[in-house]
Amino acid sequence: MNATNAVSDNSSPEDSVIVRLQAVRKLYGDMVAVESLDLDIRRGEFFTLLGPSGSGKTTTLRMIAGFERPSGGHVELDGVDITDVPPFNRDINTVFQDYALFPHMSVAKNLAYGLEAKRLPRKDINQRVDDALRMVHLEDHAGHLPGQLSGGQQQRIALARAVVNQPRVLLLDEPLGALDLKLRQHMQVELKRIQQEIDTTFIYVTHDQEEALVMSDRIAVFNKGRIEQMGEAVELYERPASEFVANFLGTSNLIDLDGKRVMIRPEKIRLLVGTEARPADSWHEQAATVQQKVFLGPSIRYLVRLECGTELLALEQNVTGFSNASAIMRGSRVRVAWSRDSVYEIPDTNR
Amino acid sequence: MSHLAARLWRHRGISGSLLLTPPMGWFVFIYLPALVVLLITAFWTVNSFTGVIERDWSLDNFVYIFSSHTYRDIILRTIVMAAAVTITDVVLAFPVAYYCARMASARIRILLFLLMLLPLWSMFVGPMYAWRIILADQGILNGLITSVGLSPLSISYSNWAVWIVFSYMWLPFVVAPTYAALERIPESYLEASGDLGGRSWRTFRKVIMPLAVPGVIAGSIFCFSLTLGGYIVPSLLGGPGSDLLGNVIFANVGAANNLPFAAALGIVPVVVMAVYLFFARRLGAFDMM
Repeated sequence: MNATNAVSDNSSPEDSVIVRLQAVRKLYGDMVAVESLDLDIRRGEFFTLLGPSGSGKTTTLRMIAGFERPSGGHVELDGVDITDVPPFNRDINTVFQDYALFPHMSVAKNLAYGLEAKRLPRKDINQRVDDALRMVHLEDHAGHLPGQLSGGQQQRIALARAVVNQPRVLLLDEPLGALDLKLRQHMQVELKRIQQEIDTTFIYVTHDQEEALVMSDRIAVFNKGRIEQMGEAVELYERPASEFVANFLGTSNLIDLDGKRVMIRPEKIRLLVGTEARPADSWHEQAATVQQKVFLGPSIRYLVRLECGTELLALEQNVTGFSNASAIMRGSRVRVAWSRDSVYEIPDTNR
Repeated sequence: MSHLAARLWRHRGISGSLLLTPPMGWFVFIYLPALVVLLITAFWTVNSFTGVIERDWSLDNFVYIFSSHTYRDIILRTIVMAAAVTITDVVLAFPVAYYCARMASARIRILLFLLMLLPLWSMFVGPMYAWRIILADQGILNGLITSVGLSPLSISYSNWAVWIVFSYMWLPFVVAPTYAALERIPESYLEASGDLGGRSWRTFRKVIMPLAVPGVIAGSIFCFSLTLGGYIVPSLLGGPGSDLLGNVIFANVGAANNLPFAAALGIVPVVVMAVYLFFARRLGAFDMM
C-alpha cells in the first residue's frame, strides 16, 4: 500500500507508472527465460519489447497477461500487486499472435465475449461492439465467421475484441507477424492511430526493429532474458548501449578507430568522387574502393574498403537518379567522409 | 520409375483413383450388393412346412415385426440400450479424453490409451467371460459390495449386465474421436477466453464444448451403431428379457433358419442409423470434416 501512495504522490498523472515489474524472473527447469527484470511502463505510452526469438520478450508479456506465473518477483498494475491474480481478473487484454478468434462464433459474438463475461447489459454490449467494429472499419462484417475473413481483417477483429473491453493495458504479441509487408506497414500506422484515439497503454512485442521504430514511444531491447537497453527510439538508434543494440536496431558499421570500438551508421557516410569537396572542413575524409553497389530504389547501398582493409557500408539517398548510375561503380576509387559527431563510441559491454 | 512418378505428379487424378480403388471396389462390388440382397430378401418368405424360401414379394415379415409385441419390445429395447450405452460412454469418455488431450504428459497419454484399447486387442470373447465372473451373483462385484456391508445386487444375465459390458466395450470408440477434437483446440483459444474474463466454466461451455461436439458425435455414431448390431454381449451376458435385435437376428439366421425374416429385422437398425445420422448432420457433426 505504501508503494501505491508513493506512485500517486510523486508523479504527475501522465508520467505515472501503470505496469511495474519488480525483480521478475522466469525459469523453465534449469533454463532461464527471463532474468531478474525491473521495468516501469508509463500510463498511456506505446511501449515495445523488442528482441530476437528466445530473448524473453514474449515470456515477459505473458507474465503481465497472467498466462505465466513468475518464478520470482512481482507484477504490479496501477500500484496493486497482481502477481497471483488469474488472467480473468486482470483488467488487461491481449491481442494474440495467431489472433485466437473463436471459429464457431460470429465476429460480433467474438467481440461480445469479454463484455458478456462481465455481465454488461445487452444494450451496452451491442453499442460497444458496434463502436469497436467501426473503429477497425469492419462494421459490415458483424455476422461473418472468422474463417470467412482475410488475414488482415482477422487481425483487426482480434484487436477490436481486446479493445472493446476498455482494458487499462493492452498487450499485443507480434500481432502483425502473419501479414504481408504492405498490409503490415498500413496496420502499424493504424495501430498507432487507435492507440492515440483510445488513449490506452499498449505493450507491444515484436522482433521487427522497423515496426518498433514506427510505433513506439519507448522501446526495451531484450537479449538473452535481459533488457539490454531501454529508451526512446532515437536514443537507442544514436546511442546504443551495446554492440548488440547497435546491430539489432538498424544496420551499423562497428569498427576499431584509434584503439576504440566505434559505430558509424551507413547513412551518415558520404561518398565523394573526383574533386567533390567534403561538406565541412571538420569532416573526416579517407580514400576507399567500392566493392559492391546495391540499388535499393529510394537509396543506394555501397560496400567500400578503406586502405587499412576495413570494410564499411554506406547508404546514399537516390537524389540523382539515372545520371548517378554510372558515376560510381564497382571498383571505383572514391573518398568516404563523415562528420566527427557521427562517430559514436560504444560503451564497454563486458560489464 | 522416375518416369512413373512424374506422370503421377502431372495427373493428380490418377494417384487419387489408385488410392481409392481398393476401398471403392470393396464398397461397390461387395458391400452394396450385400445390402441390396438383404433388402430384397426381406420381402420374401419361408414356407413354414417345407422351409423353402418363396420368392414372392410380400410385406408379411414387416407386418409381423411391427404387430408383434415381442418384436416391438425388442426393437424398442435395442434403441433404448444403444442410447443408454451411448450416453454413458460420452459421459465417461469426455473427462478421460480431456485429460489425455490437454493435461497428461505424452507418457501417461500412451499408457491410458493402451489400457483403453486392451479389451479390443484381446480376443473378444475373453473379456465377456471375465465380466460374467465379475457380475455373477456370487461374483467379484457382489463380493466387494457385501464386504462393505451393502446387500448384493442381482444383475448378472440382465439388461444391467448388457448395459455395463457394452459401455465397457465401446468406450475407446468414443474416447478416440473426442480426444482428437479436444486435442485440435489451440491453447490460445483457452488463453483468449481467460484473457477476456471467462472463468473455467464459461471457457468450457462456450469454447471447449462447441468445438468438441463434432468429435463427441462421431464417437456416439460408432457407439450407437455398434450397440444396435451387437449380438455377442446380449448372447453371453443377457438373460430372459434382454434379447436385442442383434442376437435375435442371429437366432433367426441360425436356429430358426428364417433368412427373410432375419433380413427384415436387419433393415431396422439400418433405418434407425439413417435417422441418427440425419440428426447428427443437422447438429453440424460433419461440418468440421
